[in-house]
Amino acid sequence: MSTESPLIFEEREDQIYRKGEQPYRLACDRDSLAGAISQRACVFCGSRVVLYPIADALHLVHGPIGCAVYTWDIRGALSSGPELHRLSFSTDLQEKDVIFGGEEKLFRALVELIDRHQPKAAFVYSTCIVGIIGDDLTAVCKKASKAKGVPVIPVHSEGFKGNKRAGYNAACKAMFQLVGTGEASGISPFSINILGDFNLAGEIWIIREYFRRMGIETVANITGDGRVDDIRRAHGAALNVVQCSGATMDLAKMMQEKFGIPFMRVSYFGIEDMAESLYAVARFFENKSPEIMARTRELVREELSFLNPELKKFRQALAGKRAAIYVGGAFKAFSLVKAFRLLGVKVVLVGSQTGTEEDYQELREITDHGTIIVDDSNPLELSSFLKEKDVDIFVGGVKERPIAYKLGVGFCDHNHERKEPLEGFVGMVNFAREVCTSMMSPVWRFVPRRTKPIAKDRNIRSKANNEFRTRNSE
Amino acid sequence: MSDCSSPYVSTTNACKLCKPLGACLAFRGVEGAVPFLHGSQGCATYMRRYIISHFREPMDIASSSLGEKHAVYGGEANLKQGLMNVIQKFGPRLIGVATTCLTETIGDDVPMIMRAFRREMSAGQADEGLPILVDVATPSYSGTHMEGFHTAVLALIDQMASCSGSSSGRGKINLLPGFVSPADIRYFKEVCADFGLPAVVLPDISETLDGPALEDYQKIPQGGTPVAEIKDMGCSRQTIELGRALYRHSTAGRLLQDRFQVPLSSLGTPIGLRETDAFFEVLKNLAGCEIPIKHATERGRLIDAYVDAHKYIFDKHALIYGEEDLVIGLTSFLAETGIRPVICATGGKTARFREAIEDVTRDILPDLPAIREGADFFEIAEEAEALSADLIVGHSKGYHLARRLNIPLIRVGFPIHDRFGGHRTLHVGYRGAQRLLDCMVNAVLEKKQEASSVGYGYM
Repeated sequence: MSTESPLIFEEREDQIYRKGEQPYRLACDRDSLAGAISQRACVFCGSRVVLYPIADALHLVHGPIGCAVYTWDIRGALSSGPELHRLSFSTDLQEKDVIFGGEEKLFRALVELIDRHQPKAAFVYSTCIVGIIGDDLTAVCKKASKAKGVPVIPVHSEGFKGNKRAGYNAACKAMFQLVGTGEASGISPFSINILGDFNLAGEIWIIREYFRRMGIETVANITGDGRVDDIRRAHGAALNVVQCSGATMDLAKMMQEKFGIPFMRVSYFGIEDMAESLYAVARFFENKSPEIMARTRELVREELSFLNPELKKFRQALAGKRAAIYVGGAFKAFSLVKAFRLLGVKVVLVGSQTGTEEDYQELREITDHGTIIVDDSNPLELSSFLKEKDVDIFVGGVKERPIAYKLGVGFCDHNHERKEPLEGFVGMVNFAREVCTSMMSPVWRFVPRRTKPIAKDRNIRSKANNEFRTRNSE
Repeated sequence: MSDCSSPYVSTTNACKLCKPLGACLAFRGVEGAVPFLHGSQGCATYMRRYIISHFREPMDIASSSLGEKHAVYGGEANLKQGLMNVIQKFGPRLIGVATTCLTETIGDDVPMIMRAFRREMSAGQADEGLPILVDVATPSYSGTHMEGFHTAVLALIDQMASCSGSSSGRGKINLLPGFVSPADIRYFKEVCADFGLPAVVLPDISETLDGPALEDYQKIPQGGTPVAEIKDMGCSRQTIELGRALYRHSTAGRLLQDRFQVPLSSLGTPIGLRETDAFFEVLKNLAGCEIPIKHATERGRLIDAYVDAHKYIFDKHALIYGEEDLVIGLTSFLAETGIRPVICATGGKTARFREAIEDVTRDILPDLPAIREGADFFEIAEEAEALSADLIVGHSKGYHLARRLNIPLIRVGFPIHDRFGGHRTLHVGYRGAQRLLDCMVNAVLEKKQEASSVGYGYM
């Protein structure tokens, strides 16, 4: 890497930690540095991704067209029924609306869209400009709700009012307006809400099926394959099971406070965390129903018996490889670190856009000596870390993909656009396969990063080739 | 329903993007440039993601990352800090600053802030150390990404071009291609070179958004229009500005004409035979030579293909949507192959769109297609259901429509998020028309073959 100018901003030095090479300190939860090309999005993005999978709600973005169009059908959040969430609705504010206010247009748009689509509820997202021109979103929503007889809920997600985490909070507050408004009778005492799973590639269906096999009823999916009426009766569940803690933990806490529903944090990625999540839920109900635990043991045993031989092949192929992880919320990184360990892959870089103090503490505990942990990173840093650590596979989202590929590094999409489920026991096999698919491709032998010595020296060439062959055949 | 204005208040599945995105794409076509958005962090990130998914290339867009207090007190300090950080870490030759709806509305005076920044910077050091700073106002609530694109090109020329410096620009031609693909730009450069015409193509995304595998991550991708050449554009002997939707607007080409007396040829985007002929005609006159044999042969081959194809596609109905100039070019092209454009839709509202569609179809189509401006996919779908179409021609976002109506979608333009290599699509010139024609005919044949129970082996 070029060294003419160091790639790390002075202001960001304390947002990077090298385990074992310095005393622990890692600053986080800070505004992104101007000009640093953060991989983060905004408050609106946080709200939009959390609420998006609620499939029978109308999602109306109140703002200029960009915010709606960049989030049209953005996630592979599947629905087993209605697909209203996959349409992109906007008030498409124009200059005159900005000058004279957009309330009237918003009201008329709501009436028009509710009449057209008959949704179970409508979420109205505020964007930067709405925060500036001062439209009274709450008042318009109330008026529209009264006029149309469906809940119309404002989401206070002005882009500049913090980062994605603030958007998660705004989304939780919006959903909380629905919770408790439905009939909660007839719900099993052994029941849960699944929070923080967005049904990418149908993942929540896998998880729901596990719980069904354990004898547990799922009341509401929050929000993957989500339905308004389920969320309205979610207060009838005995337990909230929270994945993706950054996104929906606030809702779990609000529900605990108001309805006394306890919650637990889980993760469905990787064998270890997947099994432990099911066991934790089983333990919660164990006093009242020991059979649940028995069924859970059986389930895990069954799944593993199928899984282990599959994984063995991948483990052989991947042993000794080096991985980097950069994801939105740090929760996912914990499971990925463990999943890679299971595959014999060493995680040498792990970071997130919006991790918290506790998240990074946990990452520090579960990673190896020498691992770089980074908060709110950017392409320059990430690319230099990938080179420095000679990474074989990078796990991230679409924005990270070209960084990996330009450097000749394999890539695994662990974000919204994936088409294969990576959660659950079966997800572990898919994950291993996806990592292998990228890493084992013959294309890497042609990329300049691997072939550079060839051009310079024939001796080095054969050596490099041999080394490469050995590494790939291990 | 009126032809021009939507009967609806709300927008569903927009057929346009926002203005700053277009400006970022234009700035990406300048050598050593970093696009910079003055606004909240999300704008840059959303646009990066959207652009990366099409080009499969890095697209770093800096942001002043405004937070709540900046929205109240103004974003000046963050803009300056952001510029400084980009200068230090990226070493750019140019920073293209585009505003967003947030900063336009809070009233940040960006040109003034940039002047102040320049003063502060050059006080301490020699001026040559400082990159060129270009700013452009792109409030998202006014116009589409295409207006953002053209406004950014105009700003680059307005703020950089001159004719006072060296005379190295003399004898060159300026080519302002509009928003076309990297493959299109490569084609334009090849054609100019074949005519022996030195050309400045602005912007030039042929390498910056379709680059080779390299050993290092490039802080700023290689390629793009050289800054020195942009500065000399006022000395060029001729400007060719492509895009009928631009006619008579205050464009970069017009500015070069008015300020530096560089003669302007305004042409349509050369898609299809006739529009490409017009383009080659101008080049022929400028070069003072006949059309190079390679291109004459490609032209002949295209006409041969038109003939070979004509019965398969005659009177097939096509629905076309997308950016104004792409739609106008495609309409012109399809009409001359015998395919009948029945709906021409765009999300933009450009005064010239209707007139341009009329101009390119008047002599060749029996009826004028339905023309929809400011359209979204809800309206396009309504129309499409009423008028049975055989082909849909446009970017990826029409896929849902094509799937529902079971009509083949020929992917062109931007974005192509559901196919590989979309950014290498060649649309322009005889060669581009040839390629597009093959796609159209094959889509019709495939549909016919699959719909038949016979299993035809010859079509």
